Amino acid sequence: MRVELDEPKCVASGQCVMAAPDVFDQREDDGVAFLLTEEPADEQLDSVRESVAICPAAAIRLIES
Amino acid sequence: MSPTLRRVVVVGASAAGLSAAETLRREGYEGEITLVGAEPQPPYDRPPLSKQVLAGEWDADRLALRADDHLADLCLDLRLGVTATGLDLATREVALADGSSVGYDALVIATGVRPRRLPGEGAHVLRTLGDALALRERIGPGAHLVVVGAGFLGAEAAAVARGLGAQVTVLEPAAVPLAHAVGAEIGAVLAQAHLENGVNLRTGVSVTAVARGGVQLAGGELIGADEVLIAVGSLPNTEWLEDSGLTIDNGVVCDEYCAAAPGVYAAGDVARWHNPLFGTSMRIEHRTNAAEQGMAAARNLLDAGSPKPFAPVPYFWSDQYDMKIQAHGYLRGHEEIAIVEGDLAERRFLAAYRTGDRVAGVLGVGMPPKAIRPWRQAVATQAPWESLGR
Repeated sequence: MRVELDEPKCVASGQCVMAAPDVFDQREDDGVAFLLTEEPADEQLDSVRESVAICPAAAIRLIES
Repeated sequence: MSPTLRRVVVVGASAAGLSAAETLRREGYEGEITLVGAEPQPPYDRPPLSKQVLAGEWDADRLALRADDHLADLCLDLRLGVTATGLDLATREVALADGSSVGYDALVIATGVRPRRLPGEGAHVLRTLGDALALRERIGPGAHLVVVGAGFLGAEAAAVARGLGAQVTVLEPAAVPLAHAVGAEIGAVLAQAHLENGVNLRTGVSVTAVARGGVQLAGGELIGADEVLIAVGSLPNTEWLEDSGLTIDNGVVCDEYCAAAPGVYAAGDVARWHNPLFGTSMRIEHRTNAAEQGMAAARNLLDAGSPKPFAPVPYFWSDQYDMKIQAHGYLRGHEEIAIVEGDLAERRFLAAYRTGDRVAGVLGVGMPPKAIRPWRQAVATQAPWESLGR
């Protein structure tokens, strides 16, 4: 499983960081999200799916490989 | 999961409705899902309409909330371009505008809101993709746009139009724009950004109608315009529920579990529910609430025997010029504002809001996430105002 983040779409809400703090973080200057890992572990997948669902910019995708 | 749950109908195919449908599948529901949407497009995102789409930076295809393959994987009975016209709670059926009806074992109402309008023809509103594309075509350099209403939508459209070189007049009935939402002090700071960017902002004026060549003010004055945008708030789409027996009061009235009746839930802009975190009934027209409430409603629908209260910290953002405005909490009805970081004049600050003896909300302009997060946490934990070593 691979996570994709469409950075230009990100609105810096930080919802993903709250849902999956070990997969996402935010840049300090503008709050735009970035990935801590592109291939989350199995036990992180539920929280990533939660992030996909609540991202207010629909900027996150989980690619089932 | 209830063994009798075979058919779920979700009315409304925007952020809240999609979120509900998606959550049902994520939680393992394998029965039928009918997703009914009034607009012809597959679910798309609205916040960019008054930002990147209006500015001409994004094409419509960037707005899709989910990729086609992802939507297909949800195995939905997708009914797009059709509105719901009635609900029969006794027979558990939703009537549709094409004359058909769909039966349900459980229902999610997510029909959203529509723009308030004013008397008279020819003005723009900004809610749908079509609205945004129509306005975008008309606000090039030299055009004079009159925006009626200086709320967040009107303010964003005004900022974009200035960026495109249009001449912009904003007409607002309140003395200070957004004072009721964010407080007069903060509203004045945001208004100043518009003045500095060349917007002709007139406050304390009431527009009564759209007239030929402009808008009519109370008192008779005509303000000329090439284009008029009406941005004076929204009305929940509840007319189709009027004879249903559900309680409608500026939205579909729900309990803290987002339930409006047994087996009937509401989510998103159309839902008025009791938020136990703030101890009050609220209807929230924010993008994040749509997704969160759609999820909550779907989970409670599946687990009706032990539902969980929906108690979120509301969140919204707004982009105007170089300002990124972010707010967490419930600012409405606040009694005190404290600037806890930064400087108002520099338009880089964090404001905390007190309601009763607790921190009810926080609003930041241009502040980093690390500064905002502890304050959001204070709202979520109902931190006492006096406990904050300010």
